[in-house]
Amino acid sequence: MKPAPFAYHRPGSTAEAVSLLAADPDAKVLAGGQSLVPLLSMRLAAPSALVDLGAIPDLDSIRVEAAGVTIGALARHAAVLSSDEAAACQPLLRLALQHVAHPTIRNRGTTVGSIVHADPAAEMPVVLRLLGGSVVAEGPAGRRTVEAADLFVGPLETSLGHDEVATSAFFPALPAGGGVAFEEIARRHGDYAMAGVAVVVRREGEQLVEVRAGFVSVSDIPVVVDLTDVVTGGGDPGEAALASLEPAADIHATADYRAQLVRVLTRRVVAAAVADASSRSLTR
Amino acid sequence: MTTKLFGERVPRVEDQRFLRGRGRYVDDVLVGPGTLHAAVLRSPHAHARILDIDVSAVLDLEGVHAVWTHEDLDGVMADPLPLLIPHPALTHGRTQFALARDEVNHVGEAIAFVVADDRYVAEDAVDRIRVTYDFLPAVVGIEAARAATHLVHDDVPGNVGARMEQHHGDAPAAIAAAPRRLSLDLTIERSSCQPMEGRGVVARWDPDTSRLTVWSSTQTSTGVRGCVAARLGLDLAQVDVITPDVGGGFGVKINHPWPEELLVPMAARALGRPVKFTEDRREHFISSAHERGQVHHVEVGFDEDGRVLGLDVTFWHDHGAYSPYGLIVPIITATQLLGPYKPGAYRVQFESLFTNTVMVTPYRGAGRPQGCFVMERTMDAIAAELGLDRTAVRAANFIQPDEFPYDHGLVFQDGRELEYDSGDYPASLDKLKALIGWDGFPALQAEAAAEGRRIGIGLACYVEGTGVGPYEGAHVHVETSGKVKVAIGLTTQGQGHATVFAQIVADELGVPLEDVEVVSGDTRKMPYAVGTFASRAAVMSGSAVQLAAQAVREKALRIAAEALEADVADLEIVDGLVQVRGTDATLALGTVAVLSNPLRYAFDEASKAATQFAVGDPGKPPVAEDDEPGLEARDFYSPQRATFASGMHAVIVETDPDTAEVRILRYAVVHDCGRIINPMIVEGQIHGGVAQGVGGALYERMEYDDSGQLLNASFMDFLMPYVTEVPDTIEIDHLETPSPLNRLGIKGAGEAGVIPGSAAIAAAIEDAEGFPITAMPISPSELHALRQSKETP
Repeated sequence: MKPAPFAYHRPGSTAEAVSLLAADPDAKVLAGGQSLVPLLSMRLAAPSALVDLGAIPDLDSIRVEAAGVTIGALARHAAVLSSDEAAACQPLLRLALQHVAHPTIRNRGTTVGSIVHADPAAEMPVVLRLLGGSVVAEGPAGRRTVEAADLFVGPLETSLGHDEVATSAFFPALPAGGGVAFEEIARRHGDYAMAGVAVVVRREGEQLVEVRAGFVSVSDIPVVVDLTDVVTGGGDPGEAALASLEPAADIHATADYRAQLVRVLTRRVVAAAVADASSRSLTR
Repeated sequence: MTTKLFGERVPRVEDQRFLRGRGRYVDDVLVGPGTLHAAVLRSPHAHARILDIDVSAVLDLEGVHAVWTHEDLDGVMADPLPLLIPHPALTHGRTQFALARDEVNHVGEAIAFVVADDRYVAEDAVDRIRVTYDFLPAVVGIEAARAATHLVHDDVPGNVGARMEQHHGDAPAAIAAAPRRLSLDLTIERSSCQPMEGRGVVARWDPDTSRLTVWSSTQTSTGVRGCVAARLGLDLAQVDVITPDVGGGFGVKINHPWPEELLVPMAARALGRPVKFTEDRREHFISSAHERGQVHHVEVGFDEDGRVLGLDVTFWHDHGAYSPYGLIVPIITATQLLGPYKPGAYRVQFESLFTNTVMVTPYRGAGRPQGCFVMERTMDAIAAELGLDRTAVRAANFIQPDEFPYDHGLVFQDGRELEYDSGDYPASLDKLKALIGWDGFPALQAEAAAEGRRIGIGLACYVEGTGVGPYEGAHVHVETSGKVKVAIGLTTQGQGHATVFAQIVADELGVPLEDVEVVSGDTRKMPYAVGTFASRAAVMSGSAVQLAAQAVREKALRIAAEALEADVADLEIVDGLVQVRGTDATLALGTVAVLSNPLRYAFDEASKAATQFAVGDPGKPPVAEDDEPGLEARDFYSPQRATFASGMHAVIVETDPDTAEVRILRYAVVHDCGRIINPMIVEGQIHGGVAQGVGGALYERMEYDDSGQLLNASFMDFLMPYVTEVPDTIEIDHLETPSPLNRLGIKGAGEAGVIPGSAAIAAAIEDAEGFPITAMPISPSELHALRQSKETP
């Protein structure tokens, strides 16, 4: 379990990182390394070079503003998880991050890295997509903002160019009247989930006006299902969610079992998010 | 008399070192730049003929020193590896070559061996080897092996390596005549040991002394030594094998020699440089060993009280591609299946089948978890059939305390009669029922049901033959400083040997515990030994240590009596001082050690006391005819047969009605390993065993696809339980039924904790769900599927 030979670059600026990537189509970006390094060690990936973002200044910032939370490319999961300001602005961040692997992995792994790795079993791509967030990418042509809806194109695949570096991700704040919840079921504590559900709801006065759910480990790319009509009409959000999804089988769960988890979790998490919205409106 | 340490919760003397990261493992040996590193090319295919191996691109690589394939191996190195434990029923035993010759029979089988400056370069080199294969169909799983549409080995018809039967009485007749009958089909999946430290070997050849030193992460240093000497054409006296700290074994490291245990020493001698091989986790999954996979069919006849009149078990054992460890695992299943019960008649038949998967050798429990699962599921099925309490059916079948020694009329894994030495199963069951609150459970279950919760209780009983022969030895040496050095021959891999054997010696010699140092698994210090397996270290080495320490004590008292001009009967040893009872006359044990070695030359102040003008009766030889110099002794313990420990587990689980997740609410253990040397260490063994039992019951399996690829060969997908998956509290009660077979009255404790896990947890899930559980492990996905199948008949 030793990686094949590779060149190692540690640029001091994003621009330098971009030019290194542009010069070598086989180079890979290294941030926290929690997905990439095991792939290298098992020789499942053998890039010609690694471009380590570690020395680029100011990429580890977590900026909390009224509109939302902007997380820099080097901000570790653990830092985001422990930020009370970020949790107050968008509580779904903390709820989901608690389920990302184990503390040692969260201490190294980066939230933006997890997003651009685009693993269908990862929590943070789903959270970004559900909240309607975006990613800022820097490439040879300059800086652009990519909406989450346009970012994920397949398992482990995003719309970012090879020579683009995601420098930050933006998660919108929880609006007034909003509520969130997250639950997932994994074989062991901290494992990739067999299924996970994130829900965001919004009330206007006593009226529920928005119920949307995002799903972990049940689709190739993060999918958001609008359950507003079903829930406000007294329907079963579990069955409604399943109608938009096609859970697949793997060695840990049959497709049927995964469907059952979607059914059960969606019901539970929708109820929890509605309760969350109620309790927030009471404490406001 | 010094406070007796036997039976006390003495803190482990090893822990400071291990917990501070100061353990020294094989990979920590010879870390300098002079050491070369090995990597192995392993078959990516489950079954193929090797047409050609092209290594031409390898030697161009800078930093590569050598590459070997089978055609480069000389003499006996080119022969198949030894079949360690032959048995007449193993008519078609097969073992692998150190490097595959013409055919590979499982993914992971060693094909080529590369030695380079470091492991990185060695792996780069392995990637450059080109092998041309002719693919053969893979035989995966017991069903495919039995169907024998394809053969693993061309010359093994039906894929059957062995067929064996044992019986006591006429079980089919007893079943036919029984008032009630049942048949069951039961399955246990594969798992594996997965010690934290994988296999590892380092070797250094010293051309000046023509000696080979091998460090191996093994459970038998003497076994490795014998194999290395034989295969490399060396005298035993030229080979030393040292087992440093070992990061867990659990059985997989008792198999030997692994190909690397021969190839590394061979390369070290050939290249004149130290060579190291450290296995990585993927290699451990695909090229060490697995266990557990068996399918059972049970026919049982019983009366209205649940008393078993006849039991007839047929099972199929998945042996993987090779059978170096013989039939030990299925023989243990066949015999230990009986547990604490005495069926009127018993017949067991098994077939050991080859498959194109990693070979099977013992994993903690070694065939017993399967046997226990089968017997206990049968007991539960009888109770369900008769509408009786599950503990009542067990009690009706127990061997009674006045029936020991109890001879089952079968032959055990050591070739000796299956005769239980002692036990008290009714007392154990009473303790377990009280500990878990068995009789009050139905009320709790009804209460939970009213809240929409499903909870269930299960129990399982086992008997474990421990402390099998042939022998172990110990050497005890009192230094002139008074410090005591103890050497045992078997190896240690975390059990706490350095603590418990020091307790025995400290008691015997009357010295403080901290003055006793125990060394294990070093053939330079104890060349005669067998190994660490079958929960045998405490019984075997413990008894040998006691015998050797007793001999040292006798000698010390004899010498001291002479020096103090007192009678031996008036002497005692307290805190390292020999003293005449009731007087001030004392002599330090270290001084006795000085006097034990008559000297011509004083080497320090203390040793002057032993020189020729200072001591000795001029009328006698300085060393008596039947004596030796030095305050030391070596002794061996060799029992006639194994001693039989026992225990019972009870577990309460909750199953989620929606997600089918299984949560363990309580786990209770009653454990009887005879006299306990150190309860804290025994409880640690139970905790670890229960954790592995939970793994085997709810999480672990080897996920092979039909082509023989292991799909979950990493800790990401092979689900060993984390601490979060194991019960927070394991409630333990001890019963001490001494063994009459050894002076200390002890039985083994190493494997017990894992044995009844699957049986007890299956019973609890069954109780919660209301339908039979016949296959383990069980995942939430599988439990959900079972529920679906019950709803839609």
